[in-house]
Amino acid sequence: MSEMRTPLSRVRGLGSAKKGTEHFWLQRVTALANIPLTLFLVGALVVHAGADHTTMAAFLGNPVVGVVMLLVILSTCWHMRLGLQVVIEDYIHGEATKLAALIANNFFALIIGVACALAVLKLVVSQ
Amino acid sequence: MSEKSPSRPLSPHIQIYRWTLTMMLSILHRATGVALYAGSALLAWWLMAAASGPEAYALVRDISGSWIGRLVLFGYSWALFHHMSGGVRHFIWDTGRGFDLKHVEMIARATAIAPLLLTGLAWVLGYMYLGVWS
Repeated sequence: MSEMRTPLSRVRGLGSAKKGTEHFWLQRVTALANIPLTLFLVGALVVHAGADHTTMAAFLGNPVVGVVMLLVILSTCWHMRLGLQVVIEDYIHGEATKLAALIANNFFALIIGVACALAVLKLVVSQ
Repeated sequence: MSEKSPSRPLSPHIQIYRWTLTMMLSILHRATGVALYAGSALLAWWLMAAASGPEAYALVRDISGSWIGRLVLFGYSWALFHHMSGGVRHFIWDTGRGFDLKHVEMIARATAIAPLLLTGLAWVLGYMYLGVWS
């Protein structure tokens, strides 16, 4: 067995990773937060499947529910952004496609997060 | 990646191995993660419709109340619980424990079964709360 590193990686001299442990740590912290938050979300979804608008608006407009929902949105959107980033890095090898996918991933997570947060905020404020 | 085949050893890819529970769970963990990523758009639609008013929400109500809507929600809740159980498995491994074959297999079985129980429990409790069966 000769050299384990590819010639390109030796020339770049970046080592194996381009970042430290920040990604791993945030992924785990949001995962921990997601455990109680997910239990709440599933309960809310199961109970409100087919509920009318008045019931739904009253539920989401409750300030306590609003706070928990905002935490659900923040933690899960952050977590899914980190998670899909790893999936993209694992399967997409073309540099340009990978870069485009990574940017699209950031945009998607942010759009979903902002949309969900705005909806909850509006319902809480207009209650 | 270099064009020439490298002189370092390459491991064979997954297709030559016998399927194991741990391997299936690993794949399912990633698959549920990606599915939940896509599912977040449905959650955004639900919340945005609720914030937009009764007219916009009527379609969400009809779909989420239909049997197919509930089936999707049932699958969504299972995916959440499955991904969560897989996460707990990783937390156990993060402490440096549970890597010997006996415990790997034990934890794998628990990770496969727990989400099914949790999904069933969530829907039974939810429907009991709604008084559907009373």
